[in-house]
Amino acid sequence: MPAVSKGDGMRGLAVFISDIRNCKSKEAEIKRINKELANIRSKFKGDKALDGYSKKKYVCKLLFIFLLGHDIDFGHMEAVNLLSSNKYTEKQIGYLFISVLVNSNSDLIRLINNGIKNDLASRNPTFMNLALHCIANVGSREMAEAFASEIPRVLVARDTMDSVKQSAALCLLRLNRTSPDLVPMGEWTARVVHLLNDQHLGVVTAATSLITTLAQKNPDDFKTSVSLAVARLSRIVTSASIDLQDYTYYFVAAPWLSVKLLRLLQCYPPPEDAALRSRLTECLETILNKAQEPPKSKKVQHSNAKNAVLFEAIALIIHHDSEPTLLVRACNQLGQFLQHRETNLRYLALESMCTLASSEFSHEAVKTHMETVINALKTERDVSVRQRAVDLLYAMCDRSNAKQIVAEMLSYLETADYSIREEIVLKVAILAEKYAVDYTWYVDTILNLIRIAGDYVSEEVWYRVIQIVINRDDVQGYAAKTVFEALQAPACHENLVKVGGYILGEFGNLIAGDSRSSPLVQFNLLHSKFHLCSVPTRALLLSAYIKFINLFPEVKATIQDVLRSDSQLRNADVELQQRAVEYLRLSCIASTDILATVLEEMPPFPERESSILAKLKKKKGPGKLPDMDDSRRSVNGSTEHSENTDTTNKSSTHSFTDVLNLNSAPSSGANLLIDVFSESSAPPAATDVSEENFPRFVCKNNGVIYENQLLQIGLKSEYRQNLGRMYVFYGNKTSTQFLSFSSSVSSSDALKSQLNVHSKAVDPVIEGGAQMQQILNIECVSDFSDAPVLNIQFRYGGALQNIAVKLPVMLNKFFQPTEMMSQDFFQRWKQLGAPQQEVQKIFKAKHPMDTEVAKAKVKRHKSLWL
Amino acid sequence: MPHLFIFLSCFLQIRFILIQNRAGKTRLAKWYMQFDDDEKQKLIEEVHAVVTVRDAKHTNFVEFRNFKIIYRRYAGLYFCICVDVTDNNLAYLEGIHNFVEVLNEYFHNVCELDLVFNFYKVYTVVDEMFLAGEIRETSQTKVLKQLLMLQSLE
Repeated sequence: MPAVSKGDGMRGLAVFISDIRNCKSKEAEIKRINKELANIRSKFKGDKALDGYSKKKYVCKLLFIFLLGHDIDFGHMEAVNLLSSNKYTEKQIGYLFISVLVNSNSDLIRLINNGIKNDLASRNPTFMNLALHCIANVGSREMAEAFASEIPRVLVARDTMDSVKQSAALCLLRLNRTSPDLVPMGEWTARVVHLLNDQHLGVVTAATSLITTLAQKNPDDFKTSVSLAVARLSRIVTSASIDLQDYTYYFVAAPWLSVKLLRLLQCYPPPEDAALRSRLTECLETILNKAQEPPKSKKVQHSNAKNAVLFEAIALIIHHDSEPTLLVRACNQLGQFLQHRETNLRYLALESMCTLASSEFSHEAVKTHMETVINALKTERDVSVRQRAVDLLYAMCDRSNAKQIVAEMLSYLETADYSIREEIVLKVAILAEKYAVDYTWYVDTILNLIRIAGDYVSEEVWYRVIQIVINRDDVQGYAAKTVFEALQAPACHENLVKVGGYILGEFGNLIAGDSRSSPLVQFNLLHSKFHLCSVPTRALLLSAYIKFINLFPEVKATIQDVLRSDSQLRNADVELQQRAVEYLRLSCIASTDILATVLEEMPPFPERESSILAKLKKKKGPGKLPDMDDSRRSVNGSTEHSENTDTTNKSSTHSFTDVLNLNSAPSSGANLLIDVFSESSAPPAATDVSEENFPRFVCKNNGVIYENQLLQIGLKSEYRQNLGRMYVFYGNKTSTQFLSFSSSVSSSDALKSQLNVHSKAVDPVIEGGAQMQQILNIECVSDFSDAPVLNIQFRYGGALQNIAVKLPVMLNKFFQPTEMMSQDFFQRWKQLGAPQQEVQKIFKAKHPMDTEVAKAKVKRHKSLWL
Repeated sequence: MPHLFIFLSCFLQIRFILIQNRAGKTRLAKWYMQFDDDEKQKLIEEVHAVVTVRDAKHTNFVEFRNFKIIYRRYAGLYFCICVDVTDNNLAYLEGIHNFVEVLNEYFHNVCELDLVFNFYKVYTVVDEMFLAGEIRETSQTKVLKQLLMLQSLE
């Protein structure tokens, strides 16, 4: 039965909703709605002022109509009017309408903000919450401007009610996300952290969310939250079930709060303080222990809540990566889940184990579960679970199990979901290349890939196999033999024809001695596929044919006949025609020497990074799989690029046959793929340094320093004595994400010793239309005249952008006024007598000066004697 | 000792909450991120398509664009929470259940019609338990107490 409470009936609304539901057709519904809209319009325009109840009812009807999917272009004013009612039910509907139908009319915004202001100041917790929820739901810039400074005060005030604190904390979080520049930091940080000690766990929950987000941007400021979080977590985890009655859910103590606290702790490295660290370890051990205890309830809610905490604890253990016992225990626990009867748990275990696989402490432990994972690949019915199994096999792959894993992945590929085939192909290609000791295995694997999933073998993959075969003398014969055999299949994939054509064209001579693969047989085999292939493949085959003419004079005449045929010389495709004509001519007029020179064996390819990994990364998206990130970074800002540069240097000293630096010992631990496929971390290409707005910042600290069509960079700085802090705001003006965003500050050598600029790392992704903040901490060590440069790089729509901006950090920012008597002043002034201390420069002013205006200005700034 | 830092997205939060019936009618849509009306409609349709083809052999989690959806079916209604990829699946799965239990208590054996006729009250329940894309209050006792108090107001 629809619950209708007293006094709040709104019978008219219920009747209207019933009418709509009873409409037999879309047309009838529209008719009924239009009738109602007309009715409401007339009521709103009518002479008689509507009472609050009616207004509420009509605004609610309008809202309902909107939620059905019809546009509403009136009613906003009435909704805003409801805010000034002193009745909760009327206010509630007013706020709801405003939150759902956000309007950018500035008059309305002003009125709404006014209503909110009054409710915030009302000291009525119900009204305050309505207001706070509205700000949190709408989160507009205008609201941020109006209330960002008020809300922290509400949050930390002693007499604020608990439920209001909860809402204020999350409201502040919202504003911080959308308008970080307007949310004041500093003075109330300590009190926010202190909320972790509140006795109301709902307040603690909200505060933890707030602190976690703030800590990600400014970890140093919120460092003190770590010990409080550990203490809180410890108390929850060891509490008896009657302690946290209101917050015990199916016999699990405060599961959501526990998860949030564990999440907060993941913003920081393991605590330095030994006592704190051991307390946290105890906590984590307790959580792991509980997983082994018999369950207090058979209900799935109990196990889900308990395991939610467990998985987050494991995530923290993985994040710290410092306690081998915990890591191994986590691995074992996950291993048990791999065979749990619940699909959710098997899925999560596979996912979590993937990250464990890249830790040097647990890599071996993970490998012990290989058979189980392989089995999952074969038997799981949910494709997303199978995908996690593939990811895990990929992550746990190393030299010891590569052959087996690749074989299993190939076998899985035969029946895999089409949507994930390309990814599996890329992964197999990468593994085969990386762990090939014997390149014949590598060639077999790639050819198998083409055979099984040819459509999903992208160009990068088959280019790569060609590169490798060209560069490795020892596998060329084998490659020729194998492709020859593979091409015998009646229906082979076009990619195989491409690879085969190229390899036989280069190395067919290595198998020509055997009569079963004589030159003529090879040519006929290739040509039998010719008419089935697309134009690019045929073009490749034509090139193979001319190479054959060079390699095997005995088939020259046969091939020339083919080239001479009308279907080639008069082929509709220009490229094919050109090749046929030119190759034919070449074969006729060139002497054997010249032909041999022109069609000499391909030289080895220069070593280069694999484009396959780049393609895989693009597919998975940034940050999805930890082992894919090539710039792993901590939230605290240190990047691990140094390892990348080391390996790039290493590979350049290897001989050209070691294209991929695969002969180096595989490194264990975090950078399994990174040191092989490191993307060059070259410094950004020299770009023009933008100085356009630089002079404007001499006398001001805030403003836009750079802007182009894509990006706006704004600054807000504050200086005190020799220290400065600069907030840099990067605004993405487009609707597409910026990826691989990086920004660093560079200084000339001289400047480096005079000015310290420390920048905190930024997210690599800026969403379309979003703004990101970076903080620079500046310390002036001695006087300086140069300026640091902000170097920005990011990817927009595939193109790399490079921007360099001169940062307006000038010496005068560190000036401080001082007071002195005029006598002292002139004494000092006279002391500045040495030639280099006195400078006079006469120049013509740009604009004529008005004496009176100038006099007034000087009078105003009398204190400015430089 | 090198730290294995997992990339933590700054945008770790709920993106939206949807309650839809099997036919695809939306009974509640709560958005915690800016989308314009066309995008919202598209998302609603996509979620419905993705979620209604799944059955008992599937997990309660599904990848969705750059996010993921944690969902559970209760009779004819699908409760879906869209969260970030690194969010805690089970925590949100039980977050849904917690919310459903509150609705059930508040509406005395809640059914789809209750959500239709009292749509404006459902928003109040949501805002008690979720706010700014985060979980706000998890104690059913506290939430129900507050809701009953609000119910008594004029």
